[in-house]
Amino acid sequence: MMSSIMRESHIMKIHYLTALVAVGFVIIHIMVRVTQGFSNSLEFESVIANYKSIPYAIVLEAMLILISVHGFNGLRIILLELKQGNAYENAVTYGCLAAMIALIAYGSRTIIMASMGMV
Amino acid sequence: MAKGGALPKGFERPSDSGSQEKYEVKPSSKTITLRISKFNPEKDDHSTFLEFTVPYEKWTTVLDTILEVKSHQDHSIGVRYSCRQATCGSCGMIINGKPRLACFTKISELDSNVVTVEPMNNFPIIRDLAVGFERMFSTHKRMKPYIIREDSEISSGTKEFLQSPEDVEKYIQFASCIKCGLCNSACPTMAADSTFIGPQGLAQAYRYVADNRDKGKDERLRIIDERHGIWGCHFAGSCSQVCPKGVDPAMGIQLLRGYLLGYRK
Amino acid sequence: MDKDRKEGIKGMANPGRYGIERVAYWLMRITGLGLLFYFIGHIYETSSLLDGKAAWNSMLELTQTTEGHIFLTLVIGMCVFHTGNGIRLMIAQAGFGFGKPRRPDYPYTPSSLNMKNKLCIYVSIGLAALAMMYGLGVMYDV
Repeated sequence: MMSSIMRESHIMKIHYLTALVAVGFVIIHIMVRVTQGFSNSLEFESVIANYKSIPYAIVLEAMLILISVHGFNGLRIILLELKQGNAYENAVTYGCLAAMIALIAYGSRTIIMASMGMV
Repeated sequence: MAKGGALPKGFERPSDSGSQEKYEVKPSSKTITLRISKFNPEKDDHSTFLEFTVPYEKWTTVLDTILEVKSHQDHSIGVRYSCRQATCGSCGMIINGKPRLACFTKISELDSNVVTVEPMNNFPIIRDLAVGFERMFSTHKRMKPYIIREDSEISSGTKEFLQSPEDVEKYIQFASCIKCGLCNSACPTMAADSTFIGPQGLAQAYRYVADNRDKGKDERLRIIDERHGIWGCHFAGSCSQVCPKGVDPAMGIQLLRGYLLGYRK
Repeated sequence: MDKDRKEGIKGMANPGRYGIERVAYWLMRITGLGLLFYFIGHIYETSSLLDGKAAWNSMLELTQTTEGHIFLTLVIGMCVFHTGNGIRLMIAQAGFGFGKPRRPDYPYTPSSLNMKNKLCIYVSIGLAALAMMYGLGVMYDV
């Protein structure tokens, strides 16, 4: 079980930290979008140009990791309250961990390939 | 018989002829419909509601009406009560959808012609309105609700452990808990998670952690630092909303969390 | 009947009866789940970049509709509320903003459910509403 690997207080500290840092990055992400003009910011070329900017790609990657960790940990918290039992709790914990890793991998693939021009 | 001043409304002074005093309270014409949940786990599959018409006065409590029904209309009503003054914590129940003490809730404050009483949620029913407290008491025991210190045996020549009024103020609020279980009944996490410690247990853990005579802080923090421990609380505040003694379990839990997050030592 | 007579999701999901703090707890859960599902959809949506301009534009056709804009407005509201209320919770859960414990006295008003806390919840809701209006304005070039 997750709690045997990491104490719940450590998991919750990560939950709070990812939330706080993600807020900062989301604000940057929204400001970049808004300052470009909403319609312009969605043009294919404009989006690709953003991905090719290394600092912005780092912001996107950071947001991906932080929000995935925070979101799936939140889902884990809710699911663990709905039902109890060792088998269920292990399944939920490892399931959320797997989903988190899968989403980070999938999103990172987009960011890396787009920033390297492999579009 | 000595003549006195004005009597309260509804009372009549007897004549001066020397006859035996007789104070008469004019009966109120006000009545309410009391709906009582009935359930016998040995016989019934589900609970049903029985309705009774009960007279009440300005000072009538819900417990008074239940006992009125039990005395005169249905002797089989199962209800737990004792002190009738919000000290023992026995008469906790759901009254018009909210956990309350029946002895501490006046009919007049409910502002309704229909009063529905049900057993507290998140507790197993013994019968009708009486619920089982075994789990709550065993969780309370898990919190080690006693002073822990190596020198707890008072050796000869020493006096009691000294504590200043300021030290007492830090925990006395949480020592007011009467174990009524209303907080556990109101808690949204307890509604779904049967292994959650609950606001009552966590508040009592804080009561001892905050007591400067106690040296068992690390032991208790280790017990509560788990998914179904303190981290099951998300500060919905319902426990504090319903607590009849001002214990404010939500406050205790958040202060306790400060220790685990490193804000308090 | 469940031995422990747990109210279950019905009890967890009922935002009424207990004041604004319970409503905030319920909204926090709803917005959290909503944002997670939006996030997953957003990652999938942006991955269409890799399939070229045509794929990107056809994905945009799906999302840049009136329904899409309304949905995005809701997402903005959820994000702002979740952030604002989350910050309030982080501060409260660290034990700040309650004052000191004191000897309880009738009418036993809990100091954890004080005006500061309630105000923060209302401010979060208000900010979410403002953000939604601003978002709608940006999307419709007002």
